[in-house]
Amino acid sequence: MTTDGERRPTPDGGPRPDAVTCRALRYSFGETTAVDGVDLSVRPGEVFGLLGPNGAGKTTLIRCITTLLPVPAGTVRVYGHDAAKERMAVRRLLGYVPQQLSADAGLTGRENVTLFARVFDVPRRERTERVAQALAAVGLTEAAGRLAKTYSGGMIRRLELAQALVSAPRLLMLDEPTIGLDPIARTSVWEHINAVRAATGMTVLVTTHYMDEADQYCDRVALMHLGRIRALGTPDDLKEALRTRRRAAATATAATPPTPSSAPLASRSADATPTLEDVFRDVAGSGLDERSGDFRDVRSTRRTAHRVG
Amino acid sequence: MSEAPAAPHTASADGPTGSGRLDLLLVPPRSRTGWRVLPARVVAMCVVELQKLRHDRTELYTRAVQPALWLLVFGETFTRIKAIPTGGIPYIDYLAPGIIAQSAMFIAIFYGIMIIWERDAGILTKLLVTPTPRSALIAGKGFAAGVKALIQAVVVIVIAALLGVAMTWNPLRLLGVAVAVVLGSAFFSCLSMSIAGIVLTRDRLMGIGQAITMPLFFASNALYPVAIMPGWLQTVSRINPLSYQVDALRGLLLGTHAHLALDFGVLVGSAALGIAAASSLLGRLAR
Repeated sequence: MTTDGERRPTPDGGPRPDAVTCRALRYSFGETTAVDGVDLSVRPGEVFGLLGPNGAGKTTLIRCITTLLPVPAGTVRVYGHDAAKERMAVRRLLGYVPQQLSADAGLTGRENVTLFARVFDVPRRERTERVAQALAAVGLTEAAGRLAKTYSGGMIRRLELAQALVSAPRLLMLDEPTIGLDPIARTSVWEHINAVRAATGMTVLVTTHYMDEADQYCDRVALMHLGRIRALGTPDDLKEALRTRRRAAATATAATPPTPSSAPLASRSADATPTLEDVFRDVAGSGLDERSGDFRDVRSTRRTAHRVG
Repeated sequence: MSEAPAAPHTASADGPTGSGRLDLLLVPPRSRTGWRVLPARVVAMCVVELQKLRHDRTELYTRAVQPALWLLVFGETFTRIKAIPTGGIPYIDYLAPGIIAQSAMFIAIFYGIMIIWERDAGILTKLLVTPTPRSALIAGKGFAAGVKALIQAVVVIVIAALLGVAMTWNPLRLLGVAVAVVLGSAFFSCLSMSIAGIVLTRDRLMGIGQAITMPLFFASNALYPVAIMPGWLQTVSRINPLSYQVDALRGLLLGTHAHLALDFGVLVGSAALGIAAASSLLGRLAR
């Protein structure tokens, strides 16, 4: 596999390795190719958004980076550690919040976080204090003694954040962190992510299909569709690039009538500021509605939403 | 936009990080290595199991009903009939260790359902992303099932004592009982988690669990001595770890003749085998 362009760690304090590097990553479930040749670099300290509809391959990509899935073709590195060969080293650098609400409802908030302090080998003498700091960082100090089943959806998400933070990860991986939450809870979850990021300088890799969130909170985004990355850059750059393309298209095809698939794009003025969603429709092409997410995806999304309430 | 990471984006009004210190969240904990990982993970899983039981004791009470009925109805009746050769001890005494093993097995055999539930809820996924080797995770779960079964065993022993079963109170022998219960439960919960790794759904596991518990129970020496079984059933009983568990419990609690070395050897071996099988199948639950 090619590794050119990859910044490797050097002992003499040379260029720092990327937080995540994927090269020619490919993953298939039987006949279905979920990730189809992904090249990706996440820089240390940035909030990187992985965007795309259900079934775009985001979760599979995340699961390859977290060592949950093997890396059958290509390479995945986390801070220079090979995710296929140095699983334990990679896991020690990770904080992971899966798509489902994964806090244990039968335990208190504090017990949920303490479990993760234990499995990350936090020594007993600093366990209590570290757990308390993680809970304080997400604003759950008051509710720490209550069973997680009494928490609201937003509180559970924050609790999961505390579980991930207790081991001081350098890379926080969040899979659809705000799915099914109401707008207030979504804002609150993002504020806590950002505050912790600001305080610790950790890298955040987040998947979402809420384009507005990505636009607002991510430093850079990758737009993923059908297992491939279709566009990558800062939200502003991507939007600006589309505006430029539209201007060019508007002048070039001013006379021809719009085709059905480009109708929503053409109906807007070429000078209007496009949204990330417009960028996505532009790079993904037509047929988004038909192809986005199979039955199982939608069902699991609904189930998560149902649990959030 | 990918500027210095320390630049705060939005600070909420009440300042989530403004109030408390976060210094510990900047330093990753020193990692345990080598052999010390396994006991640490086992302790972590057992602690969670105990915490859950502390918050919700319903299961403890409902699970006590069946063994109580076995001892009270089946035990008392068969003590009167004197149909089963027990080597001179009252049948209810003979039965008590068998019921301890049975109730422990019943808890363990449905432990795989919990693994599947934890998979569906994302809890398992998250644990698999921690620096925990799969074998350590499974061993932790297995011994957590053992801790749960141990508490169950205490309940059954108390019931048996109330019914007048003459058992030992020698602490060393009771410790041996505890070890036998934990090892047996570790095996049966790993069997259950292995099946979970194969069938992947709760419904199927439920069906299989129902189908195998009674045969495992009846094809053992829990209710009657192996000697009075037909030949083919004796063979089944000989490969059934439950028989060895019951033999050990009976020997320790009642002082009957038992093959303790063989019993504990088989229990340790089957628990190790179960952990190996379940951890190699855990990957199927991870994807």
